[in-house]
Amino acid sequence: MSQATKTEPKEALFSKKNVKILKDPLNESNPVTVQVLGICSSLAITVKLEPAIVMGVSVLVVTAFANLITSLLRNLIPNRIRIIVQLVIVAALVIVVDQILKAYVYDVSKQLSVFVGLIITNCILMGRIEAFALANTPWKAFLDGIGNGAGYAAVLIVVAFIRELLGAGQLYGYQIIPDSWYLDNGGWYSNNGLMLLPPMALIVLAVLIWVQRAKFRQLIEN
Amino acid sequence: MNVNSNSYTYVFSVVMVVVVAVMLSVAALSLKPAQDANIQKEKKQEILKSLGIEVTRDEAEAVFETYITEQLVLKGGKPEANPEIPAFDIKMADAVSKPMDEREVPLFIAEREGVVYYIIPVRGKGLWGPIWGYVSILSDGYTIAGATFGHKSETPGLGAEISLPIFTDQFPGKKLAVNGTYQSILVRKGDASGDHQVDGISGGTITSVGVESMLNDCLQPYMSYLLARNPALTAPLAANSDPLISVL
Repeated sequence: MSQATKTEPKEALFSKKNVKILKDPLNESNPVTVQVLGICSSLAITVKLEPAIVMGVSVLVVTAFANLITSLLRNLIPNRIRIIVQLVIVAALVIVVDQILKAYVYDVSKQLSVFVGLIITNCILMGRIEAFALANTPWKAFLDGIGNGAGYAAVLIVVAFIRELLGAGQLYGYQIIPDSWYLDNGGWYSNNGLMLLPPMALIVLAVLIWVQRAKFRQLIEN
Repeated sequence: MNVNSNSYTYVFSVVMVVVVAVMLSVAALSLKPAQDANIQKEKKQEILKSLGIEVTRDEAEAVFETYITEQLVLKGGKPEANPEIPAFDIKMADAVSKPMDEREVPLFIAEREGVVYYIIPVRGKGLWGPIWGYVSILSDGYTIAGATFGHKSETPGLGAEISLPIFTDQFPGKKLAVNGTYQSILVRKGDASGDHQVDGISGGTITSVGVESMLNDCLQPYMSYLLARNPALTAPLAANSDPLISVL
């Protein structure tokens, strides 16, 4: 691996530039709300907080290492088959993650069921590899992967928080809305069942994008 | 070295495929024992749960040995003396694909505080994928003592609720037979106060219907055997002595 020598030794591990690579995807270039990547999975698994968190962490691990490996190989990958190579790297990582989850954190892997496999189809992965990892040094690519994974996870958690709270009256599986408030028990409150259905994920996400753009006006497209 | 030449591209793809294949095979093979152990322990844990015994997955192995006294394989309502596959290893997915009287199905017999329970594994289809579970039955052969359900990919918050106590807690006390004849459990909308009804999941209708047909399909092959083991039912006067029915 001759690339290792090409990294700039003078730059500190957490220089301003590198911190920016790590932090930008959390807000200004968030993969979900700004780049509008990975929408599909963020709609599918945000009914409850717990699977959303585990999914966020799994995606973070896969983006970080897929970026790192691609960046290490970037000068060796033939241009014409680079998409195939990227897919193989991502798919292999996802399978390994899935197998490890099944062997050591069996309960979590059961909860995520098919969605771990679907990380492969997450556009964020291919997007970041293609746009960033192929052109940058391994450490920067690794940070970019972590940043984008975290940006994705953050959106999932916010959407899942709203949906679980309003849709089921719970957070992380614990009842938050007091039982006595419910109509069944003589109260005035009723869960919004619509929140549990997929279309509401889209609407919650759209509201999130709206709020973000209202606050950070430079994100508004012309 | 020209990384874009044809020969390099071929060599690169061949090397990549071989490296990745070896890596994944090593990962799969080395993790397999841990994964299989998890699945076995989980099965024992679920069987115990249908008896109302909650254990962690690591304790399941030992506790299972204490309570489960017998593991039978039934075919056409009769115990098989020399089953092809031991009861614990029977895959329900394969078993339920056969017609009812050709199936070889496992029956677990447990004894807890002097009371005998029969535990029946069930498996069927939900909305998105397979659903399964265990139903434990009291020694009278038709009163449900407990039930637990699992699913592969039912909708969280809707169909997935079948695995939660809110659904499974309805099962204890329900009856699978009237006057010695089999009567299936019905998953209903709303009123479920009867002996054979449970309340379905609102918004999870297809999953609820799946549970109903799964129970019917999987419990029926056992009934002739279980009812025959109840001496009260085989006695001539026992037919009209179901006190709960007359109360309700």
